[in-house]
Amino acid sequence: MSLIDSLPRVGAPKLPRIDGLIPWIVPLAIILVWQLACVTGFVSARVLPAPSDVALAGWKLLLSGELLRNIWVSFWRASVGFLIGGGIGFTLGLANGLSQLSSKLTDTTLQMIRNIPHLALIPLVILWFGIDESAKLFLVALGVFFPIYLNTLHGIRTVDPQLIEMGRIYGMTNGELFRRVIFPGALPSIFVGLRFALGIMWLTLIVAETIAASSGLGYMAMQAREFMLIDVVVLSILIYALLGKLADSASRALERLTLSWHPAFQKH
Amino acid sequence: MQEALRFLSPDAEPVGSTDFVEQARLLRRGSEASSRGLSLTIRGLRKSFGDNEVLRGIDLHIPAGQSVAIVGRSGCGKSTLLRLIAGLETITAGTISLGEDARPEDVRVMFQEPRLLPWARVLSNVEVGLGRERNSPDAQARAEKALAEVGLTEKRSQWPAVLSGGQKQRVALARALVSQPRVLAFDEPLGALDALTRISMQRLLERVWHDQGFTAILVTHDVAEAVALADRVLVIEDGRIAEDFSVDVPRPRRRGSAELAALEGAILKNLLEGTEDTSDL
Repeated sequence: MSLIDSLPRVGAPKLPRIDGLIPWIVPLAIILVWQLACVTGFVSARVLPAPSDVALAGWKLLLSGELLRNIWVSFWRASVGFLIGGGIGFTLGLANGLSQLSSKLTDTTLQMIRNIPHLALIPLVILWFGIDESAKLFLVALGVFFPIYLNTLHGIRTVDPQLIEMGRIYGMTNGELFRRVIFPGALPSIFVGLRFALGIMWLTLIVAETIAASSGLGYMAMQAREFMLIDVVVLSILIYALLGKLADSASRALERLTLSWHPAFQKH
Repeated sequence: MQEALRFLSPDAEPVGSTDFVEQARLLRRGSEASSRGLSLTIRGLRKSFGDNEVLRGIDLHIPAGQSVAIVGRSGCGKSTLLRLIAGLETITAGTISLGEDARPEDVRVMFQEPRLLPWARVLSNVEVGLGRERNSPDAQARAEKALAEVGLTEKRSQWPAVLSGGQKQRVALARALVSQPRVLAFDEPLGALDALTRISMQRLLERVWHDQGFTAILVTHDVAEAVALADRVLVIEDGRIAEDFSVDVPRPRRRGSAELAALEGAILKNLLEGTEDTSDL
């Protein structure tokens, strides 16, 4: 038997609860090695503080309320920016996928804008909006817009034409055809866009908050750098990693819920 | 089924088939007037795609309740004829009339691909076939009845992805039957199935056709299938009806019987006459 054949069976059947823990083995091992390296003096605390020190810094910030306030501010910016940009991208994707006129009118323009890296607009955005909330929301919305737009459009354009013909034969109205055939058919592609967009959402927000902000996780990290609080800097980075994972898990859960018909999501 | 099929044998020729349909209709449980087949008259039908004239004048009358197979080499226009009858293409010239009281949901098509919605459970896929009546209170009951007719009641809450090819095609058949169509057009419905599944599907098609009394139009490349299922076999060549065979073989028909084989041979010979070199076919 080949190695690949034997892989999934190892250790899997007897203790199903351990299954959920397997993805966390590697991150935990890294933290453990990191802690050991710091404690033994292999890595200087000025270069990288020990995980225990980072946890301690986190605990202090948590008690002072600063940490939760900054997380909340960043989370709020991320979600509002995502809803605005994602909403517009989704609507335009639907419109351009369903209507030739709308597509002819806007697609070329959008494709041109798409090729400008949205972070290159930061100087302009600061001039326009200063460093208040609207600047961050604008950048996040712009970054999130394109993956959602492109994947929604692609999803709708690639719905099986045979199914659309079938729907018409069976007398579906345009509304029904959209609800029962086109939208469910485009959904897998829309989810690809969603997950891309979530990644871009955090990336944009970190950059925007690092450059121009007076609150939020990025601001907290920059502030800590000025005072040489390296443990807080590392803490912010770890929180970004956790938030990113959280967003990804949420979109996966949503995928599982809505794409349960898809062979790739069926439990064996 | 054996008993029911006795009615079929004496009236296999087109002329007598209306009587047969009447008898079949009386046999059906809970039959409605709307389940009777429609007769179909085609006059001077032409269809071109750009400069390419696919159908060059088809004249055809199909009596109500008859089952007609259309055979021909690929590209002869047989699928186009079927799509025109089903209203999926626009007519270039000529007429197709289905009787005065025909409604759009009286004509249903079954394709080579099952075309099931992958995101709808089997029963919802069958409900799609009800057309505008799919929101009526008895929609689910009707869908369940149609599903029972093709023998897939136990799969009602499955996703199409877990069904076999033959099962998917049976769901597609249930979807086509649920609105009790008066004309059912089949476009190579069994083309993608393996030999054994094909035979059991042919039996199923024969049974539902007999039970429901619709007018059946079957496009196929398989002449054996055509003579096994149909009352009449039309050979289409170069966009015209080249030959019109009637299959006067009593039902139930035994596959591979001498009568069917002789007829199949005659039709195949006719089909091959057009080709210059028959040795390689």
